[in-house]
Amino acid sequence: MKKILMVMVVAALAMAAAFAGGSNEESATVSTDGSTSMEKVILSLAEQYMADNPGVNVTYNPTGSGTGITAALEGRCDIGLSSRALKDSEVESGLKQTIVALDGIAIIVNADNPVSDLSIDQIHDLFTGAISNWSEVGGADAPVVAIGREAGSGTRDGFESITDTEDACVYSQELTSTGAVITAVSQNPGAIGYASLASNLDSVKTLTVEGVAPSEDTVKSGEYQIQRPFVFATLSGTALSDAAQKFFDYCTSAEAASIITGAGAVPVAE
Amino acid sequence: MNPREFIAQKGYRDNPRRLMEDLIHLVFLILGLVAVGSVLVITIYLVISGLPAIFKIGPAEFLFGTRWASTASEPEFGILPFILTSIYGTAGAIVIGVPIGFFAAVFLAKMAPRKVREVMELCIGVLAGIPSVVYGLVGMTILVPGIRIIFGVPDGATLFAAIIVLAVMILPSVINVSLTALQAVPREYEEASLALGATSTETYFRVTVPAAKSGIFTAIVLGIGRAIGEAMAIMMVAGNVANMPSIFKSVRFLTTAVASEMSYSSGLQREALFSIALVLFLFIMIINAILNVLKTGGRKG
Repeated sequence: MKKILMVMVVAALAMAAAFAGGSNEESATVSTDGSTSMEKVILSLAEQYMADNPGVNVTYNPTGSGTGITAALEGRCDIGLSSRALKDSEVESGLKQTIVALDGIAIIVNADNPVSDLSIDQIHDLFTGAISNWSEVGGADAPVVAIGREAGSGTRDGFESITDTEDACVYSQELTSTGAVITAVSQNPGAIGYASLASNLDSVKTLTVEGVAPSEDTVKSGEYQIQRPFVFATLSGTALSDAAQKFFDYCTSAEAASIITGAGAVPVAE
Repeated sequence: MNPREFIAQKGYRDNPRRLMEDLIHLVFLILGLVAVGSVLVITIYLVISGLPAIFKIGPAEFLFGTRWASTASEPEFGILPFILTSIYGTAGAIVIGVPIGFFAAVFLAKMAPRKVREVMELCIGVLAGIPSVVYGLVGMTILVPGIRIIFGVPDGATLFAAIIVLAVMILPSVINVSLTALQAVPREYEEASLALGATSTETYFRVTVPAAKSGIFTAIVLGIGRAIGEAMAIMMVAGNVANMPSIFKSVRFLTTAVASEMSYSSGLQREALFSIALVLFLFIMIINAILNVLKTGGRKG
């Protein structure tokens, strides 16, 4: 009994010493605030960066692009995160945008669906219910079943803002993960859905949009239209703090590219 | 009271075993309080985080609004579709699941040969142990496409699919509780009935079942509780669109409304999700209250 107690006390002391050692280093905080769509990208980057640079703490506040931009403008955070390009008015008010990554969204249908290309307008009509039968866009005589993501999802927000279908989509299913959307689409011959380009799309048919197939290259070149930028918004007049500037440089470096790819986006750094 | 007086009063110095005894009681009391404490924390937390949004939205608009559009540019937070879906879905599951479970229980209790009964009881045990995500997965890959093909609807992810899944999920609890109730009926009742010339089927339904009535009601209420609280399985088969319920439409339950939007929610949307959880909690509380009444009623009878 006594021996066990002794061992436990020694272990506790050793752990205390180890933690105390860690906290002696100076700590700096980099605060980011904004787009929920960028959550996966920013958290992956932050995780790797904090592992490489002990003592630096990167925080992320998921508030939404608009709030993040305002926070950056008002100096409430170091880096504002926006999943859309900054508006001219926002640039004029003193913000600078740096595109860190691009987010491509694939339009998917069932593997048996003969349709292989759609225009943005057709996609808009298919999801809003204006086109309710596949025969209207050159497919079989089958009802259109639109499958999407839940409210608040970054992919849904991105898809709806690009195709101009915000609050107008008539979904048959709202699923909570990309995998669920792909499974549902693969099982229903009339289904159409959307999923991040980085996901595994083998079981479904990926459509070309306006004649362009989605790929890392076509997203980067801008030919594939269903995409949006992931933007770092910073104050254009004032310099970032040392720690924030280092994190910023890391995120825009080629070194971070594989992490951005891993988080499902297309990196822009060469 | 100072510690020395306390020790003297309890007589611990003369009787160390008593001290040990009391210490162990104290430890057990604390462990018992973990459950009580959890209930209190959950209740208080739900009320505190769920009430404000109800008043921000307006209780009538919240409970009786028919449109849920939490992330629209002009958000609307009406949860009537969820409430009705939960009620319809649960009722549907009871209508389908209870007769199957009840007759299965009568068969197991009174008619089944020993071997058959053993195998069936084993199967029911396994059914009870299957995690709900597995029900959902099977429903999603077999039931949903099946409904689409058999009923010729554009999409099989409907209220109907959810009802079928829930009906199967409540079977084990309905069967087990009914079975216990039926087995508890004294043999003399049945023997008396048989002696009066009734057939065995007449005896089971006229004598045994009425005698086990309160246990069978308990089984039904337990089934309701299980069905109304289920989230994972029905999230995978019901489609989750906030439509007013209809049998072949994609629907969202109270549980799935909370679960599906929670991960990315913010602001009033998140608060409203807590309010939905509060409404669900009240439903479950009412069901538990009914269950308690039934149980005490059963004991008296």
